[in-house]
Amino acid sequence: MSALQEALDHQPENQKFWTELAEGRFLLKYCTACQRAHWYPRAICPHCASAQTEWRPASGRGRIYSFSISRTASPPYVIAYVTLDEGPTMMTRIVHSPFDALAIGKPVELVIEKGEDGIPLPLFRLA
Amino acid sequence: MAAVEHSYIVGAYEHPLRKAPDRSLAQLHGEVALGALADAGLSKSDIDGYFCAGDVPGTGPFSMVDYLNLKVRHVDSTNIGGASYILHVNHAAQAIAAGKCNVALVTLAGRPRSEGVPKGGLKRADSPAQPDYAWETPFGMTILNTYAMCAKRHMHEYGTTSEQLAWIKVAASHHAQHNPNAMLRTPVTVEEVMNSQLVADPLHKLDCCIVSDGGGAVIVTRPEIARNLKRPLVKIRGAAESVKHTAGGDIDLTYSAGRFSGAAAFAEAGVRPSDIRYASLYDSFTVTVLVQLEDLGFCERGKGGAFVADGKLISGQGPLAVNTDGGGLCNNHPAHRGGMTKIIEAVRQLRGEAHPAVQVRDLNLAVAHGTGGMLGTRHGSATLVLERM
Repeated sequence: MSALQEALDHQPENQKFWTELAEGRFLLKYCTACQRAHWYPRAICPHCASAQTEWRPASGRGRIYSFSISRTASPPYVIAYVTLDEGPTMMTRIVHSPFDALAIGKPVELVIEKGEDGIPLPLFRLA
Repeated sequence: MAAVEHSYIVGAYEHPLRKAPDRSLAQLHGEVALGALADAGLSKSDIDGYFCAGDVPGTGPFSMVDYLNLKVRHVDSTNIGGASYILHVNHAAQAIAAGKCNVALVTLAGRPRSEGVPKGGLKRADSPAQPDYAWETPFGMTILNTYAMCAKRHMHEYGTTSEQLAWIKVAASHHAQHNPNAMLRTPVTVEEVMNSQLVADPLHKLDCCIVSDGGGAVIVTRPEIARNLKRPLVKIRGAAESVKHTAGGDIDLTYSAGRFSGAAAFAEAGVRPSDIRYASLYDSFTVTVLVQLEDLGFCERGKGGAFVADGKLISGQGPLAVNTDGGGLCNNHPAHRGGMTKIIEAVRQLRGEAHPAVQVRDLNLAVAHGTGGMLGTRHGSATLVLERM
């Protein structure tokens, strides 16, 4: 079993995120008590500690908060933090985008692609 | 101010080796423990408190307490990565003040260089059971590229440059040339740092710390015992710790938990950053130093670049000398954990035992500060304000 699958098995409360993502839908966790989205998804709201959290469809749009190109990897890749239009900032990878075109603040959009172990991941490309 | 009298650091020892293929991990811990005891003028039977972090072999303190055959009545294995040992000095002082122990031993050791642990690309998530694992590791998160993202964001918000970061390495290398045990003893230039391999934008290879074997230890004790020893008295005047994290997605990569631990330690000590002329600051990467300088209040937020430029961190060339042993960037970063050597060089400076070429004159206050874990995700900070009595 891959380490990621093992990690997912440790989080039954987040299984819906991954099954929906595999179907092409990107969900965010919202808290109905404080009306805020958070990342990474939790059963208990990290902002107000309410257990009244629910999944909602997310736009899949955001902007690059920061990024770095891992130059010594083969092939090189782009790790990034993206601030989603819904508010939270999430770690991700920027794909299918020329390195020279990357900049903090640029708009990006969701791409769902399988990672090394075949599990679909929420990635982004320049919009 | 604490109601009880402050504790003292009475023993400090840095292992001279930077590569130790013929020693076990437990042996290295033992050697630094004996080195610190000899420095203090104490014996093993005096130790009744033991402090260690995640670098010891086995579960918490068990195996090392057994290996050294200690009789302890207080143990603490709090692990906040490379800053743990700075936190341990704080916890030791608290335990001593509470009457839980009299003589506390803190050890760090490791042999990643001999064991061939991968550099740079080292992944930091410890276990798939961590709630954050699935949301970071699959994207290729490494220690290096998360620190790089912090540097990138600082540059974006404040105009910090790669040349300014390079000056931090240049200062460390100028100090290391005077340290016979340092791993990298040749001074480097800003150009050499800038021309070294770009490993994770904007960080170059020479923005990164070294990988070394070895370790260090310190001994903390109560005033009545400290005053009867022969070494100069180094008092723990202020100490604090904090943790910063991803805060449910409210991410700001431009500062560290040092903002909180620094302010609390200075408040406890009753001194200001401008009173400090020597600081040991964790230098896992050049950017780590820059962020900590701002967080501790040695310069204004966003002004770290100007503060470090033109060699101002080199002893004698600016208001604040930093890491006069050469730091983790050039001297020693045993077990990928730089906190212990930060304490040791601060103690050397306060005793007047740093190399004459880097010794800060008439020094009576110093700071030792560390950031352990990942600057760009979750980390712990610990700050000590130390005073020569």
